[in-house]
Amino acid sequence: MSGPRKIDIYALTWRLPIILWQLVFFIGPVLFMVAISFFVVKNYRMTEAFEFVNWQRMLTRGFFWDSYWYTLFIASLSATIAMLVAFPAAWALAFRASDNLRRWAVFLLIIPFFTSYLVRTFSWYVILAESGVLNAMLGYIGLGPFRMLNSHFGTIIGYLTLTLPLAVILQTVTMANVDKTLIEAARNLGCKPFATIWRIVLPLSKTGFIVAALFCFILAFGDFVAPFYLGGSQEPTLPILILDTTKSGQQWPRAAVVAIMMMVTLFTVAFTAIALAYRKPKGSKG
Amino acid sequence: MTTKPKTISKQLLRRDVLRIGGGAALSMPFVSRAWAQTTEINMLAWYGHGEPDMVGAFEEANNVKFVPKYYAGGDNMLALIAQSPPGTYDIILSDGEFVQQLNAADYIEPLDANDYPFDDMLHEDFTKFPGHWDGDTLFSMILRGGHLGVSYNTTAMSAEEASSYEGFWKPELQGKVGHFDWHLPSLGMMSLKNGNGAGLWDLSDDQWQAVQDTTMSLRSQVGGFFDYGGTFNGLKNGEMMAMCGIGDWITGVLERDGAPVASVIPKEGGIQFTESYCIGKGSSKADLVKSFIQYMMSPEGQVKSAQMVAYPGFCVTKAGRALLQEVDPAEAARSHQIEGMPNEPIALINEGRIHYRDIPQQQTLEDWNDFWSEYKNA
Repeated sequence: MSGPRKIDIYALTWRLPIILWQLVFFIGPVLFMVAISFFVVKNYRMTEAFEFVNWQRMLTRGFFWDSYWYTLFIASLSATIAMLVAFPAAWALAFRASDNLRRWAVFLLIIPFFTSYLVRTFSWYVILAESGVLNAMLGYIGLGPFRMLNSHFGTIIGYLTLTLPLAVILQTVTMANVDKTLIEAARNLGCKPFATIWRIVLPLSKTGFIVAALFCFILAFGDFVAPFYLGGSQEPTLPILILDTTKSGQQWPRAAVVAIMMMVTLFTVAFTAIALAYRKPKGSKG
Repeated sequence: MTTKPKTISKQLLRRDVLRIGGGAALSMPFVSRAWAQTTEINMLAWYGHGEPDMVGAFEEANNVKFVPKYYAGGDNMLALIAQSPPGTYDIILSDGEFVQQLNAADYIEPLDANDYPFDDMLHEDFTKFPGHWDGDTLFSMILRGGHLGVSYNTTAMSAEEASSYEGFWKPELQGKVGHFDWHLPSLGMMSLKNGNGAGLWDLSDDQWQAVQDTTMSLRSQVGGFFDYGGTFNGLKNGEMMAMCGIGDWITGVLERDGAPVASVIPKEGGIQFTESYCIGKGSSKADLVKSFIQYMMSPEGQVKSAQMVAYPGFCVTKAGRALLQEVDPAEAARSHQIEGMPNEPIALINEGRIHYRDIPQQQTLEDWNDFWSEYKNA
């Protein structure tokens, strides 16, 4: 029989800061946000109340669900594109590049984060405008001009600006840890290159790849800058809807409803992804 | 034995110098503040009104410093005030149509009409501007105005095409029509297109539905919804060839830079935005603010307002306009502020082609905003 568990003061001391941090800067604000979603706005002033009117108003409006599904779709598309575009670069860095080259490449991939994301986004104006660099180049071969700004394409480019370097770094780090002798063995046993990727590299990198995709999705799903400045705010994503809701009539409670719906979605996606990432293959032991 | 006292005296001297020097250095800001006592004036305004080109000369002459907080849209302004303690803002630049709400909520102080040049107004409407007065008590002083109509790139639209809101539906402009992302001016223009004229804000259910239908029919032409900066960019880099919801306040700035853009008041009529100064309730600097408003209503202030770097507006006083014509005839001509010119702002008002911007009378702002969100998602 074991006696009552003693409180480990030493362990608690080290755990306390992070617990306090989460309580003060995450749990507290989230609870406050949930509370204000039940408040009402009267004469542009938020008043304490417990009414479901904001939830009812937002969740029964077609424009909310249009924004919701559009945001879900375009963030998923962006994460998929980021993962696909990042893969060849990450593959080359993980398996072909020397250690020195890989270090430099990772450093260069980090450099964009030294600059403000807003500045990086605005720089696309020069490239994507109808009178911009890309259309001028396409013009030389008799193509275009194409409309790239203020479109879904512009939004995706903005999302990739944010997520692609991260996807390459995460994929590179993940694949760099794959045992290369397994790949060589597969090739020696006659496995084709694509089959090697599919049957050896991807299963062994599954966790890192899912985490990378999840990060790409989370960043795109909550991003305001790309859809607003490169997408022309059409159609509005959920972050734009939050801005519109607060801007007109100062409806912070309704904006809170949108924000909570975003958080619920992100939690659902994140938990599902993590469950998939760490799911054991059938038949494996422990 | 002789060296020790010498060393001590040296150390003491060094410490003294450091102490006195350090103390002097630390106290310098307080000394300079005591000499200069700059007074801060908190301003709530549309972008640009607290910038040096507008307030710099007054700041220098009166040893004050404006601390601006900028907003976009009257409801945004009301919300900012509602969430701030009384006395936060000393001066509020409000859109004309929102003064009534400021007054109703008791956010502004009454003004003495005798302090301002009401005998010099360019139009009689400006002397008793709707909503600025409560009975015989003045609550807001009209500063400037501007007209909203069809704004367009002159290489993509002819003046004749731009003379009607129908021009926005020109097939060649598909994906090239932009919106300033605020429901009020754009939906007001759609209401004018539907022939609602002076009743553009007072819509029955059927008229409101018709305005929504008209607006929705424009959606396929629309290439984006933009904030202040995005509107400039869109027109400047040619992404947008026509813009709904704006006027000379945007194209005027681009025109000054030589961009091929213009704004006209179409045959269905245009909308006037009016900007007015109010003194914030509970301001402890009401006298200084009054002096500033008087300065901005003087001919010199009116010229500064007409030349404002962020966006132009027309003068509301005769003396202001006369001085503008004298010191900056190019801007006076560009903005049609010369008597007898086509599209001269006061003549447009007299001809009944201009309607003052207002808020919806039979619907709520929320209804309009909800529709705007639906429209953006369509």
